Amino acid sequence: MSSTHLKSALTLLGPFIALLVVYCIFGMMNSAMFSKDVLLGLLTQTVIVGTAAIGMTLIIIAGGIDLSVGSIIALCGVFAATLVCPPYSCSPPVVFLATIAFGAFCGFVNGGLTVGLRLLPFIITLGTMQIFRGAGKIVTKGTPVSLPFDVTSYKPWMGGAGIPWGVWLMIMMVILFTLILRYTRFGRHIFAVGSNEHTATLCGVNVGKVKLFVYMISGALAAISAVMNMAKSSQGDPTTAVGMELDIIAAVVIGGASLSGGEGTVLGAFIGALLMTTIRTGCVLNSIPTPVTEVIAGVIIIIAVIIDRLRHRKA
Amino acid sequence: MRGIRKTFGPTIALGRVDLEVFPGEVHALVGENGAGKSTLMKILSGAYLPDGGEMEIDGKIYHPRNPLDARAGGVGMIYQELSIAPHLTVEENIVLGMEPRRGPFVNRKAMRAVALEALAHFDHPDIKPETLAGNLSVSALQLVEIGRSLAMGCKLLVFDEPTSSLAQKDIERLFALIDRLKAQGISIIYISHFLEEVKRLASRLTVLRDGLVIGTRDVATVTPEEVVSMMVGREVENLYPRTRHVQGEKLLEIRDLSGHEKPQSLNLDLHRGEVIGIAGLVGSGRTEFLRALFGLDAVKSGTILVSGKSETATPRDRWQQGVGLLSENRKEEGLALNLSIADNVTLTCLDRFGRGGMLSPKKQRAATSQWIDRLGIKCQGPAQPVGALSGGNQQKAAFARLLEHDVDVLLLDEPTRGIDIAAKARIYEAINEVVTDPKRPRAVIMISSYLPELLGVCDRIAVMSQGKLTRAAPVANLSPHDVMLVATGKTADLP
Repeated sequence: MSSTHLKSALTLLGPFIALLVVYCIFGMMNSAMFSKDVLLGLLTQTVIVGTAAIGMTLIIIAGGIDLSVGSIIALCGVFAATLVCPPYSCSPPVVFLATIAFGAFCGFVNGGLTVGLRLLPFIITLGTMQIFRGAGKIVTKGTPVSLPFDVTSYKPWMGGAGIPWGVWLMIMMVILFTLILRYTRFGRHIFAVGSNEHTATLCGVNVGKVKLFVYMISGALAAISAVMNMAKSSQGDPTTAVGMELDIIAAVVIGGASLSGGEGTVLGAFIGALLMTTIRTGCVLNSIPTPVTEVIAGVIIIIAVIIDRLRHRKA
Repeated sequence: MRGIRKTFGPTIALGRVDLEVFPGEVHALVGENGAGKSTLMKILSGAYLPDGGEMEIDGKIYHPRNPLDARAGGVGMIYQELSIAPHLTVEENIVLGMEPRRGPFVNRKAMRAVALEALAHFDHPDIKPETLAGNLSVSALQLVEIGRSLAMGCKLLVFDEPTSSLAQKDIERLFALIDRLKAQGISIIYISHFLEEVKRLASRLTVLRDGLVIGTRDVATVTPEEVVSMMVGREVENLYPRTRHVQGEKLLEIRDLSGHEKPQSLNLDLHRGEVIGIAGLVGSGRTEFLRALFGLDAVKSGTILVSGKSETATPRDRWQQGVGLLSENRKEEGLALNLSIADNVTLTCLDRFGRGGMLSPKKQRAATSQWIDRLGIKCQGPAQPVGALSGGNQQKAAFARLLEHDVDVLLLDEPTRGIDIAAKARIYEAINEVVTDPKRPRAVIMISSYLPELLGVCDRIAVMSQGKLTRAAPVANLSPHDVMLVATGKTADLP
């Protein structure tokens, strides 16, 4: 038993060590990397990918995939910005909750089509990726919805210990969903569905319901990301977050999830998301050109997958 | 092979194993999963390097560094999971890795000649050199694989459970082929769980346990009980233990049950404390019957009463009504392989391990540990992924799910298929225990293609043939011959 526990600890240790190594390498190249500001910046910039990666982890554990998450973030951003602006001028809590509900609805569309039509989620979300993206552009006629004020000058966004609320929220979500996956019936059902759908059916698990919930939760988490994203740029931009689904999926996979389902951790995905941000930030600090950054990020993803393969072979 | 040793980290897979095989001998290798059979054969066929010991073939030192090396040395391995590339043709598969060449190009003419010569052994109409391997049946692929070894001039063939994925008539054909190969002086090491196959084919058998040779016996004189005792390391007096079964009230009443195609208007009653066996050929509708009964397949007409009540039938409902199904297909349907043993065993009744949707993994593990002990599941603990276990232990875990859920009716679809005989003995014991439980005797419906097992375990047997089920007749009045006559459609009912 201790050895199986050790193995699950190693699963998380891998990405964590990778994160430390990458962080230290950039730190040695430019000591500004170790400063408090950069550290805080790392956390803050991870929020958007990190929060959405939590939802993607659930989907991937359940054996699915969601390519539309970037589009959901854009569409939800437009939705939220519209609510903030006149004539609606909703208060922040209302905007937040309404956007989450809207995100869950987007997830409902993905999950409903996947379950109802018994089609591969890859195909369905490839379609909804275009649909959500297009819908955002139609509603806004292609131009971003600018907020009537500059959010960055809005001070109450800083939470306890000088860390923004968004970061606290993300950390809370990581803890919450780690607990849900481990200590609830629903959590174990997600694993069962992803590991072997037939077994889950045989054992009386309502597979369709589990999948639907997972996509809805993921949509809701993507909506939280969308609000953060909107706040960051002070606008609801229908063309934002293009390709972000790939960053999010990469974070989940770096975190040790298996794309064939049944395996993965939220904490791992969070570390994966941090790793992606660290690479980007480190490259900026060391004035490494963007194309090179992309190559580095790609190489790290592949290394992560190779390490994952080696780990499985040992098991 | 002398003094072969192999360790994986701290695990000793093989500790000084000796094995000798004579020319033209079929030598059976038996042992529980994890006993070291596969490791030994992988060393023989060059897939693993031994840590110590030496091998000789015809008096010459033999030290293969990889499978190709081994085949060049005269040892061919026919794996359980066939190693055939489905997108290549039969001839390309046969010469794979040793393609005859002319300059940088494959010499297709020579390839064809090699393939035809190898295929001449079989005389199988479907296997032509130019056929795409992916279009062939499993049994034909196996022949292609054997052909590959023969094409390289192998003198020793290793068969690793070759019949596990074959139908009866293909098995017969394979046995005939093995007899012919034997007559040609080719030696064969035959790994099998089935003592009947061993008796049919082999002259001697060697039992492995925990990486050691326990003994070699002449097949003609050894008894099944002796072999099982050697395998498990304790005295097993009777493979089919049987204390008196006492019949109680009716648990299941099935009237005129028809599925989409099969079964057709099926009737059966099941009482507490009894085991009913369903015999019949593969494809006769046995599995479809259990699936319809369990709510996995649609029911077209008929009624199913559970404890006298007609209720909705989804797998979820059935579990709640105290009916549990053990799938015939452990890997594809029965188990979630990368989840832990504990998750697999408790998946149907997670609500018992916490309140309001919450879950205590500790309680799950505690409950599972109890079954690990009682069924003798060899594992590192309840948190180990079930896929890491051997087939027999996986099956025990799948069976433990029904026991943990504590169902009244156990529907067992081929509960001992493909598992070693020691694990089988455990499952027979467990079945006997649940139906003779003094407080609450359970009831079992068991499908099996293996008649001796049905005759040994069941109280009554019904036979399925083309979707129709006969009445269930007491085993005391039945002979295997009676059952086979009905199963093959030669007579309509049991005597």
